[in-house]
Amino acid sequence: MISILFAILFYFATLMFIVGSIYRISVYTRTPAPLKIPTTPAPITSGGVVMRMLREVVLFESLFKANLWTWGLGWLFHASLALVLLRHLRYFTEPVWAWVVFIQPFGMYAGITMLLGVAGLWARRIFVERIRYISTPSDHLMLALFMFIAVSGLVMSFVDHTDVIAVKGFILGLMYFDMQTLPSGFSIYVHLFMVASLLIIFPISKLLHAPGLFFSPSRNQADNPRDKRHISAWAKQLESEK
Amino acid sequence: MADITAPAYRVIPIIPVLKPGSMEGPGPYVANEKIQEGLGFPGKLVDDWHDQAIAKMGELLGKYRSLKVFMDACVHCGACSDKCHYFIGTQDPKNMPVARQDLMRSVYRRYFTLPGKFFPKLVGARDLTREVLDEWHNYYHQCSECRRCSVFCPYGIDTAEITMAGREILDSVGYGQKYDNEIIGKVHKIGNNLGLPGPALIDTLEGLEEDVKEDTGIDVRFPVDVKGAEVLLITPSADFFAEPHIDSLIGYGKVFHATGTSWTLSSMSSEAANFGMFIGNYEQLRKVALRIRQAALELGVKRIVVGECGHAWRVAYSFWNTLTGVGDGADQDDQFAMMLQKQLDHRYKQPTHICEFTWDMIQRGALSFDKEANDKHIITFHDSCNVARGSRMGDYPGGQFDIPRNIIKSVANHFVEMDPSTTHEQTFCCGGGGGLLTDDLMDLRVKGALPRMEVLQQVADQHGVNFLAVICAICKTQFSKVMPYYGFNRNMVGGVHQLVSNAIKLSDK
Repeated sequence: MISILFAILFYFATLMFIVGSIYRISVYTRTPAPLKIPTTPAPITSGGVVMRMLREVVLFESLFKANLWTWGLGWLFHASLALVLLRHLRYFTEPVWAWVVFIQPFGMYAGITMLLGVAGLWARRIFVERIRYISTPSDHLMLALFMFIAVSGLVMSFVDHTDVIAVKGFILGLMYFDMQTLPSGFSIYVHLFMVASLLIIFPISKLLHAPGLFFSPSRNQADNPRDKRHISAWAKQLESEK
Repeated sequence: MADITAPAYRVIPIIPVLKPGSMEGPGPYVANEKIQEGLGFPGKLVDDWHDQAIAKMGELLGKYRSLKVFMDACVHCGACSDKCHYFIGTQDPKNMPVARQDLMRSVYRRYFTLPGKFFPKLVGARDLTREVLDEWHNYYHQCSECRRCSVFCPYGIDTAEITMAGREILDSVGYGQKYDNEIIGKVHKIGNNLGLPGPALIDTLEGLEEDVKEDTGIDVRFPVDVKGAEVLLITPSADFFAEPHIDSLIGYGKVFHATGTSWTLSSMSSEAANFGMFIGNYEQLRKVALRIRQAALELGVKRIVVGECGHAWRVAYSFWNTLTGVGDGADQDDQFAMMLQKQLDHRYKQPTHICEFTWDMIQRGALSFDKEANDKHIITFHDSCNVARGSRMGDYPGGQFDIPRNIIKSVANHFVEMDPSTTHEQTFCCGGGGGLLTDDLMDLRVKGALPRMEVLQQVADQHGVNFLAVICAICKTQFSKVMPYYGFNRNMVGGVHQLVSNAIKLSDK
């Protein structure tokens, strides 16, 4: 029974995540950027822009300039999360890809550093006056969500082991529409429920910062306004009216 | 306003504690009906302002990707929270860039997102009430659109874009700011921010020629409306009579004279400033800029050079090609732009900053200087925000930092830098940019100058700096007004071309 509920939940969550994200990204793509507004100094060529975006996405360059604590904790959290996510590919692939096998031990410990990152960011949100002032309840809940996910995952890895073979069977079953039983257990239920929640809220929350960054005109525009005329469709229309 | 005092310098530049509500108030003067209607805005607050404001926000969200992405992407990380000069100077938490954005983001979430519609408290969403609208008017006029916060934001969120949208919405419901909108009206009617008519301009320039002749014995011309001149100079109208601006205008004239460049001003288009950017209104921005296109076409010039003005250079460098076709690289079938681009000489960048022009001439050896003429000055350079973070000079990123400094070092012997965390891309606004250079905001202007004054004090104490060189008309006016509050002599401020003017060697021809 619980297996069926989780199956429904995950199909729903995946649908929301994919449809919602595609919708959001299509809105960003459709909305014009009528003026050249890169924050300068900015790269002059599109190759340079790719490098700038890479530094922003991989190294959090701007945040590094802003605040070393936020950068350190934020980067620790995101890099750990990325490792953890990649490690989890083992539950979606059979046979497991070699490089996923390779990162498995790192991915396990990344769960711990991810938790540390979240805890640090949360402490900052609570104890730094300025950050506390700008925080909404949803900001705290988001951190709570990640914390629950990390803790429940770590519990399964290090304390109260779950039958991961069966979990993998359940997940592969979802992927190939061949329903399998999910092993019972408090941690696995919490873990999966929170992950599904995350997928659902992704396209309607501040988690949109992930796709948003790629569409940020102050970062993704090349600094070449004198060399190439940049004009949006609605602005061009003004030139025919007169 | 005798009760305005400068805030104390921070002993070490620590992040100030919050003083909620310290800058609450009615905000700057509201534009009257005549001013508003002159720009095609409603004369006073319309009855259905709520619905109209939300509709306008929806329209802007569909027209500007920046606004849409910036509304969604913020995670409240706080990277920007201590970066604004107005926050540092006032300690009002609503002057933290993220909090300023949230004044609008809270409304965006309420009307344009699902969580905000169903769980407003949870995500900090709120209805657009009259109090919120008043708050917008107040706090969106405590932002100088300097983009310093956007340097540090991990998603590049630029509060200037949100301030502009806020002002645009306010204008559209009849709640405009007097200072900005009155000035834009003057440009439409007369051709410059000051409302200086053509004959008065010509008269002023003739007087200037006499002054320079008296001073140097040389006939340096300041030509107006000369058809077929090679260069059209577009400069902020403050250069025509305000101190210390006029000394830089003399500098431009001397550079053109010494290099034998044929140049002209335009009486119809005698303004580089474009306050249309400050109010975030594309149509106004475009309409003001089109005067320059018209002047260039009528006078048949080959080059357009822009005088010392920060936001004007951002508009010129980043937006003119888009708005008016002044630039290069339009499509062949783009008749509007090609009409002008065919006329311009593309061996030079269009438009060209006067500093680019002068530095180019220095490099070619076309100018010579008596550097000792500036020996009484120990100079530092203040990067103006719009030049630093919204434009470029030269042909590599960061040229906007090097070229003015190169010029200063070519014309003077004593130059020192201020604290590097307050220069180049991390420069602090003078405190008067973005359409706030009005007496009714003097308290804000004095407080907003704090971070710049602190580091100026450092170099004044350590190196005896007695000259603050800038390349922005607003910086010049703002500094000469607020520096006395911090115990500095107002004559410390001057333009880069004022230094050029002091040192340049002129010949008779």
